[in-house]
Amino acid sequence: MGNNIDIKEKLAAFEPSAEWSDAGDGMFRIPAASFRKTAEYLRYNEGFDFLRSLTGMDWGEDGLGCVYHLENTSTGENIVLSTADKDRENPALPSVYDLWKGANFNEREAYDFFGIKFIGHPDLRRLFLRDDWKGYPMRKDYDMSSNPLNMENEVSDDDAPSYEMTDDGSYILKRHPLFEEEEYVINIGPQHPATHGVLRFKVSLEGETIKKIDAHCGYIHRGIEKLCETSTYPQTLGFTDRLDYLGAMQNRHALCMCIEKALGIEVSERIQYIRTIMDELQRIDSHLLFISCLCQDMGALTVFFFGFRDREKVLDILEQTTGGRLIQTYNTIGGVQADIHPDFVRKVKDFIGYMRSKMNEYDEIFTGNVIARQRLVGTGVLSREDAISFGTTGGTGRASGWACDVRKRHPYAMYGKVDFKEITFEEGDCFARYMVRVKEIEQSLNIIEQLIDNIPEGEYQMKVKPLIKLPVGSWYSAVEGSRGEFGVFIESRGDKFPYRVKFRSTGLPLVACVDTIAKDVKIADLIAIGGTLDYVIPDIDR
Amino acid sequence: MFDFGIITNWIHTQFTSVMSEPLAIFLECVIIGVCLLLLYVVVAIIMIYMERKVCAAFQCRLGPDRVGPWGSVQVICDVFKMLTKEIITIRHSDKFLYNLAPYIVIIASVTAFACIPISRGLEILDFNVGVLFFMAASSIGIVGILLAGWSSNSKFSLIGAMRSGAQMISYELSVGLSILTIVVLTDTMQFSEIVMRQADGWFIFKGHIPAVIAFIIYLIAGNAEVNRGPFDLPEAESELTAGYHTEYSGMHFGLFYVAEFVNLFVISSIAATIFLGGWMPLHLPGLDGFNAVMDAIPGFIWFFAKVFFIIWLLMWIKWTFPRLRIDQILTLEWKYLVPIGLLNLLLMVIVVVFKLHF
Repeated sequence: MGNNIDIKEKLAAFEPSAEWSDAGDGMFRIPAASFRKTAEYLRYNEGFDFLRSLTGMDWGEDGLGCVYHLENTSTGENIVLSTADKDRENPALPSVYDLWKGANFNEREAYDFFGIKFIGHPDLRRLFLRDDWKGYPMRKDYDMSSNPLNMENEVSDDDAPSYEMTDDGSYILKRHPLFEEEEYVINIGPQHPATHGVLRFKVSLEGETIKKIDAHCGYIHRGIEKLCETSTYPQTLGFTDRLDYLGAMQNRHALCMCIEKALGIEVSERIQYIRTIMDELQRIDSHLLFISCLCQDMGALTVFFFGFRDREKVLDILEQTTGGRLIQTYNTIGGVQADIHPDFVRKVKDFIGYMRSKMNEYDEIFTGNVIARQRLVGTGVLSREDAISFGTTGGTGRASGWACDVRKRHPYAMYGKVDFKEITFEEGDCFARYMVRVKEIEQSLNIIEQLIDNIPEGEYQMKVKPLIKLPVGSWYSAVEGSRGEFGVFIESRGDKFPYRVKFRSTGLPLVACVDTIAKDVKIADLIAIGGTLDYVIPDIDR
Repeated sequence: MFDFGIITNWIHTQFTSVMSEPLAIFLECVIIGVCLLLLYVVVAIIMIYMERKVCAAFQCRLGPDRVGPWGSVQVICDVFKMLTKEIITIRHSDKFLYNLAPYIVIIASVTAFACIPISRGLEILDFNVGVLFFMAASSIGIVGILLAGWSSNSKFSLIGAMRSGAQMISYELSVGLSILTIVVLTDTMQFSEIVMRQADGWFIFKGHIPAVIAFIIYLIAGNAEVNRGPFDLPEAESELTAGYHTEYSGMHFGLFYVAEFVNLFVISSIAATIFLGGWMPLHLPGLDGFNAVMDAIPGFIWFFAKVFFIIWLLMWIKWTFPRLRIDQILTLEWKYLVPIGLLNLLLMVIVVVFKLHF
């Protein structure tokens, strides 16, 4: 985040109480009282329209708070803010849900895990945990034995609480009903063929038309961020593959990059090449699965098998080098687990030729199909403003005309040196989201083709100390995952364990925007929208 | 052309020689009923096997190939599995209607199945308003589906049932209109007569343009009528899990499943009968030698060959196209197929009045 010099001075001039701390990437500490004002200034006057990541924090003595990673999408400037409330009993921060729509779910997550009350937030329910959960598990003083295994069924609340502050500084709790009595509400999920995992949508219907959607997450939440806090850095690597299992390579790449940045390790060119090629193979794998699943959701089962046939070839290549098909466990801190297989280069080259020849099959059977077009064109339109505000990165954002590719915005590994096009569409409908993925497969093939013949000689694993301790500070690094910006935020206090690890979920903004884009559409459209948004549940439920 | 009437008459004479006439007729009815049900099951098994193999071929797969040669025993094993599964009763469901629904569907399907002339002399239900009876019998199936969705007390089932109600009642119109087009051409509603009049050329050739249009409309509407892709909305598994039969298990589910496949067979065999001549071999006027060779092939082989060709066409469509949406499906019917069907009927009347057909 090199180019924030200007904005640093501007912010210091606007808000004198903002305190700059240099450790790690550096961030502004802003008192809770003037935070809302500063956020509004940055949003409306300085054009920071993209909330990259919102991280709840427990700073112990310094109170509970949040870290906000902001980006100005027109200038590419970045800034990191943090704010905290010292009151551990009843912490409260101003909500910014109206400035960045993406903050809605993120603040619910922070409330869920840290118990921070966001004043003004319209729907401050728990996001992942059960409504009857006791305590806030990501707090450092959380008692692990306070929630024994609960065999009772969860009764989910039918109204949304919100907190408002009165003049004398106390809070009033207000409750708003989610659905009216006479509404016809059906559950799509948690067990449903088209939710691609265990996600639950409560959908209010009028005939076949959808009136409102309420998303429930957390059915497979594993507390990976909490687990990371008690794991050494090499141990944390194992969790990333299990987040977005269709982006195992990229996720782990992001975490390794973040740790390497903190340690100041420069990895060799060979490692960069291998990582880039692997990331792109993983992307092809994920996009093929996207096409398969979308077509299956829409009832075109034949395309589903075409996709799986071709994906098998990618998996075979990955398996030969990494030994894994879904869970790759390949990147390590300062390198990769093993050198590429001797056949790797030849097989990848064969695959490039094979895949290019197969792309027209998808076009013939699905892209050009009149029913497919009728179903997808103009359905579920996400405007560019909403895409940025929600932070729906990846193919979904690019389909709405937002050039949000991390590979172009913040080039990492070899992406700065290869020639590829960032695919964007203007329509923002389901068909554009589908086309982005189809075109990106071709671009990924181009990237691999440019690299595969020139993999330089060198080490595949840099020398790293056996005991890894990060210096004091906080770092954020992001990669372009298969379905958007996958970021890793690490705060270290100099131990061999991270103090706090936060994974920026690629899927959470995608689920957050469903209610907005799936209003007044048919049930069948919701399935198409869900299919084209391309979320993966374990990545939402970390 | 061999007439199976000789055999049936012979059996009838044998029976009446040893017993009174009413008893003989009663016994014959029982035997025919058993044969019909057996044929029904055999057709269902063949259809399911065919569906698996055809869709596997379209999807670059092999399909079942472990049980028996080319997996041919697989379906029979599945039938036994289905028979041994528990029928789960659901709390808060309307028990009587819930248990009744699959039988209504299967009765409608069997009755429609009985209308089909398989070969000369092999007609079970054949009378002067056969077409009308067939339409009436096959429509009863909707009642079963609606009951299944309603009595399950499940929201998904209810939406599925409502969809199928809207869809099947709508598409019945187009099916009726295209059959009516051929009735105008033949001036008879008896299936055996319809087949006999195609001795000098199938109606799709004799009726030329209006017949071809009616044939295409019939294929689309028939496909929708039996809830198969791309019109499988009532049971769209990615939207409604399984639609109206979500809550059914064991053989109750099996009955829906079998009825669906046999309905496809029925729809295809009606298409074969009224457009492609049924069991009537391909005759070209003037070529007597050729006609004699064609006559050497038994009628039921002609019939099944035509039917399975149409089934294969419909399977091809199902495994290629994505599913439509409910409003699109109704738009297609009410804004396109019904007006075209009506105009086509008018065209056929003109063709018949001015003797423009062959």
